[in-house]
Amino acid sequence: MSEAAGRRAGGPTGRRGSAAQRSRVMTLVGALIIVTAGPPARRPVEAQEPPGKVIYDRWCAGCHGEDGAGRGEAAAFMLPPPRDFTRGAYQIRTTASGELPTDADIRRVVDEGMPGTAMPGWRARLSEQERADVVAYIKSFSRFFGGAAPEPLSLGRAPGASAEGIEEGARVYRELECFKCHGNAGRGDGPSAPTLTDDWDHPIRAANLAEGWTFNGGGEVEQIYTRLRTGLDGTPMPSFSDAVEGGVITEEQLWRVAQYVRSLSPNRPPVREVIRAVRVEGTLPSGPADSAWGAIEPAFIPLVGQIVIKPRWFAPRVDGLWVRAAHDGTSLALLVSWSDPSSSPDSAWQEWLDRMAVAMTDVDGSVPTTQGPDRLHVQFPLRREEGMERPYFLGGDTRRPTYQWQWTSAPETVAEGRATGLGAFTPAAAGVTHTAGFADGQWRVQFTRALVPADTTAAPAFPVGEAIPIAFLAADGSNGEDAARAAVSAWYAIYLDVPTPAGVYAIPVVAALLTAGLGGLAIARAQRRTTRT
Amino acid sequence: MRRTWMAMGLVLTIACGGGEGAGGESAGGGETPDAGAQASVAPLGTGTISGVVMFEGAPPANPAIDMSEEPSCAARYSGQATDPVVMVSGGRLANVFVRVTGGLPAGPYPAPARKPTIDQAGCLYHPRVVGVVAGQSLEIVNSDSLLHNIKAVPTANRGFNVSQPRAGMMREHTFTEPEVMVPVECSVHGWMKAYVGVVAHPYFATSAEDGTFTIGGLPPGTYQLEAWHESLGTKTGEVTIGADGAGTVAFTYGTM
Repeated sequence: MSEAAGRRAGGPTGRRGSAAQRSRVMTLVGALIIVTAGPPARRPVEAQEPPGKVIYDRWCAGCHGEDGAGRGEAAAFMLPPPRDFTRGAYQIRTTASGELPTDADIRRVVDEGMPGTAMPGWRARLSEQERADVVAYIKSFSRFFGGAAPEPLSLGRAPGASAEGIEEGARVYRELECFKCHGNAGRGDGPSAPTLTDDWDHPIRAANLAEGWTFNGGGEVEQIYTRLRTGLDGTPMPSFSDAVEGGVITEEQLWRVAQYVRSLSPNRPPVREVIRAVRVEGTLPSGPADSAWGAIEPAFIPLVGQIVIKPRWFAPRVDGLWVRAAHDGTSLALLVSWSDPSSSPDSAWQEWLDRMAVAMTDVDGSVPTTQGPDRLHVQFPLRREEGMERPYFLGGDTRRPTYQWQWTSAPETVAEGRATGLGAFTPAAAGVTHTAGFADGQWRVQFTRALVPADTTAAPAFPVGEAIPIAFLAADGSNGEDAARAAVSAWYAIYLDVPTPAGVYAIPVVAALLTAGLGGLAIARAQRRTTRT
Repeated sequence: MRRTWMAMGLVLTIACGGGEGAGGESAGGGETPDAGAQASVAPLGTGTISGVVMFEGAPPANPAIDMSEEPSCAARYSGQATDPVVMVSGGRLANVFVRVTGGLPAGPYPAPARKPTIDQAGCLYHPRVVGVVAGQSLEIVNSDSLLHNIKAVPTANRGFNVSQPRAGMMREHTFTEPEVMVPVECSVHGWMKAYVGVVAHPYFATSAEDGTFTIGGLPPGTYQLEAWHESLGTKTGEVTIGADGAGTVAFTYGTM
């Protein structure tokens, strides 16, 4: 299962371990919260019951409902909501739009889960036979199954990938107007994106094509091409098979679109436990648009909905941050960039917010219908702690406060100060400066601050050569996010590189000379011996 | 306001190519049920229901459409484009789908060969309301030089969602189960809505801009009718076709 799969539902654990481990733990916790949100009690198996029913009632009904209509007890906490099986409309298929999925199509989703949603994969938990039984049982919820077995489309093979091919794919992407929903850079910020709904009138996001690991049907070229040909039934994503069959574009051109979309994401998000602040000679990057940032590898920090303090938030917009850092021995520069389709408030997104308010209002009271700003909080422990103690990850508490940079989009400003919990914040300037930019569905905010602040009681110093705890919070004001409704990270660390002493460069040279010299000596001796005998 | 409506109506009429086989004319009905398919489908009789749909009071304002993302569509409307949800002219209501719900022999009624068309033109559907007999094919064409997707969201039938990124593309689709109505929408242009009435028989019609409709090809007798409007709801009525082969009926909607 994808590391991002549980982001909607998972709660930060704050446990130690590798980033991947932690991510998996978060995913599992998320899955279990949902799965165990109200499993029906075990009942004696009646003789006539189909074998899949027992499995389904135990593991699936909590979300999908005992009647398969997608209204299980945990469903109110989910967006996208669990599938309603009664209509027989499935997103991830190998068949034409409007056709039923094959058994293998349903089985794939049961096995692998749906990345980017609360649906986990079940391969590890259920046996081969149990998964086959549950597929058969799921089909029984819809009266559309039972006829001839659906035929998968014949999709051919991808042409060889090349830079020119990707360029051609980008051209066809514009020509087919994919940007209308997915945006110019693919971040799901097109002009139609705020208006999108699924077949059940829930707000639905245009996929963020820059995060291929969140694609419901998988992020590989063949999988993307299949979605282009079949569409995702039940969603706004149409099939482009008619365009191919009608000669509007060639099959190869559609493959090129798939290759282009694939090229917008890395293989996997570069999740790192430690963000490395590179030591630079000369000046630090001057702002988020500085090309010098291009040379610094980003770390991806996954975020999940804040579900500890009420109002909890199960539908966060921001699912991760890209973080780059550099220092020059005097100051630290931190660049945080993330996908957000709107610079909030944005009147075009009011329609989206109104739908979000309806969809999520049952959870913990009314979702605000007035758009707030977008927000990013970066937090550090206010004081250096002994050992591994860190403040509470949600802003700390009075015993262990945090030092935060709280950035907002409207007014576009950053507040610096001390926090003792979520929403408990006292401004105290310590010299942080910032520059923010928004373009093509992405915020880029650079913070810069002296490593040693003037007043070390108001803000911590950033020592080089130490892992400094760091954590984040992000919120999209157009998505109904305010105060505690936000996406948060667990604690990560930032490490400021120690400047390399000149001696480090001399050691290999000395070693090489020494080795060569000793070698030469040994050879000379051996030769002398040979001559004697 | 009324003037805006008439202007809209005019624009729509032009956009529909003069209302050829569409634009609020009776779809499956007419003088005979589905005149184009008469050779294969014999009507039950020669009587005709003549009806009118009235609207009393001031019609609700239709929502404005922000077409700024599609200048080529916006240019087709003088001033602000609006979504023609409630089309009232001279106290008569258009786009009401009327069908016979009782009084007919059990059938079955074969599907006519003629294919009604929904055109996507000026980022609106023409006609907005259309009827087909279950099993009769429907053609959906794109006259706009931009991307539309056609998404049908039925419950009794299978849905579909296909893109038409070019002008001139055509999709043929057949709904096999009776379903009143099947919503059709475009995800790119969230305001675009059309409704397909899939009926087990050919005795249905859509009220025209003057509110009138005719359902022909029926023998004398008493028939139950249901009128459907997308935002104003349904109404039921009854009509008797006498020995002279004529029956009249009126439905009245209003703001109350």
